[in-house]
Amino acid sequence: MKLTLKIWRQENKDTKGKMVTYPIDGIEGDMSFLEMLDVLNEELVEKGEEPVEFDHDCREGICGMCSLQINGEPHGPNRHITTCQLHMRSFKDGDTIVIEPFRAKAFPVVKDLIVDRSSFDRIQQAGGYVSVNTSGNTIDANAIPVNKHDADESFNAATCIGCGACVAACKNASAMLFTSAKVSQYALLPQGRIEAVDRVKAMVRQMDEEGFGNCSNTGACEIECPKDISLENIARMNREYLMATTKG
Amino acid sequence: MGGLLKSSIARKVAMALSGLFLVLFLFQHFSINFTSVICQDTFNELSHFMGTNFFVQAILQPILIFGVIFHFIMGFVLEIKNRNARTYSYVKYNGAANSSWMSRNMIYSGAVILAFLCLHFYDFWFPEISHKYIHRLPEDPTRYYEETVVKFKDLWRVILYVISFIFLMLHLLHGFSSSFQSMGWNNKYSKGLRGFTVAFAIIIPLGFIFIALFHYFNQL
Repeated sequence: MKLTLKIWRQENKDTKGKMVTYPIDGIEGDMSFLEMLDVLNEELVEKGEEPVEFDHDCREGICGMCSLQINGEPHGPNRHITTCQLHMRSFKDGDTIVIEPFRAKAFPVVKDLIVDRSSFDRIQQAGGYVSVNTSGNTIDANAIPVNKHDADESFNAATCIGCGACVAACKNASAMLFTSAKVSQYALLPQGRIEAVDRVKAMVRQMDEEGFGNCSNTGACEIECPKDISLENIARMNREYLMATTKG
Repeated sequence: MGGLLKSSIARKVAMALSGLFLVLFLFQHFSINFTSVICQDTFNELSHFMGTNFFVQAILQPILIFGVIFHFIMGFVLEIKNRNARTYSYVKYNGAANSSWMSRNMIYSGAVILAFLCLHFYDFWFPEISHKYIHRLPEDPTRYYEETVVKFKDLWRVILYVISFIFLMLHLLHGFSSSFQSMGWNNKYSKGLRGFTVAFAIIIPLGFIFIALFHYFNQL
């Protein structure tokens, strides 16, 4: 397969970036998208050029490390997969592929296609946890009954891998889907209810401080999410937040 | 108000509540306007009531004007904040792949509706205020029908009204059900709500278009 790649190159966060065109040949349909970039990088290194920097880790769709805006969509044209799970058979011989970093004020570019997503870490740190007494009197979480529906909903929310595709897809660069998934996974469980009021207020405050946009309910985040996190989580977070504000 | 609307969620809820209030007003406005194509006297009676009733004039009208201004200002504030959240745009952005045109362009459909409201106020609201409070002319309960239909004599105005109602349709198609999501209402009834949204968003603007065209062709 012969392709033309248009890739965002940026030396570091302080320099101006630009799109650079790279022709590439010999790409197999069974290669993953990241393997195709590996091939490109080998060619660039052989020519003595700087390889394209991009984030990756597990390459199994679990870690949430890979990103990339591919032809205008986070994680490419297929649904419910990450970039590492995208295969080159999704493209045709002769295609031009535009590859950019996830764009948001809260996701500054570090180098080429790598963005700093630590704003998500700070949202999580603001309240995405349960406080547990670990002094030796810890109660087994399974000792508290949880109804199946809530357990399933909580688990579904907890499958968010924090990749940032929701922010990348949103026209407003809103982080509502990510934050709401983290709020929901605790709000639905009895262990998480105790700190629910403080949690939602702290996480929403941090989300706003990081400079993410407002939710316009376009639903783009839900469509592009590799883990199929539902918009119901955003509605739940809005309810949680409204109830929390009435409690001072 | 700044303190109350400090969080992004509070701003969205305020936007949703003001939008739903305007939807209620829109339905009431349509119901009265539609009587103009059925019965001239009923239209005059209802318009006279709305134009002279103390509760409507002194309480509901200021609330409505506040609601309209608030909705527009908040819409622009949110748009500016949202644009600032992505300082560098994508070279290629395929929004159509994951969201509707209506949901991505509420600011533009809203801006067209705002421009229409300026024309609409110029046509009806300012003359009404002038009649009642500036020139203090005697009240004539039968004047409303004639004052309304005469505005639809000009083709250019009818075309502007029709275009505006199409943008109102696009705005409502996303805005109505979206406001419930903003307020945290997403459950097993949401699918039904989206169906109702589509029906309401199409029927009401089409009804307004019908009224405008009816009076235009009636005067040819």
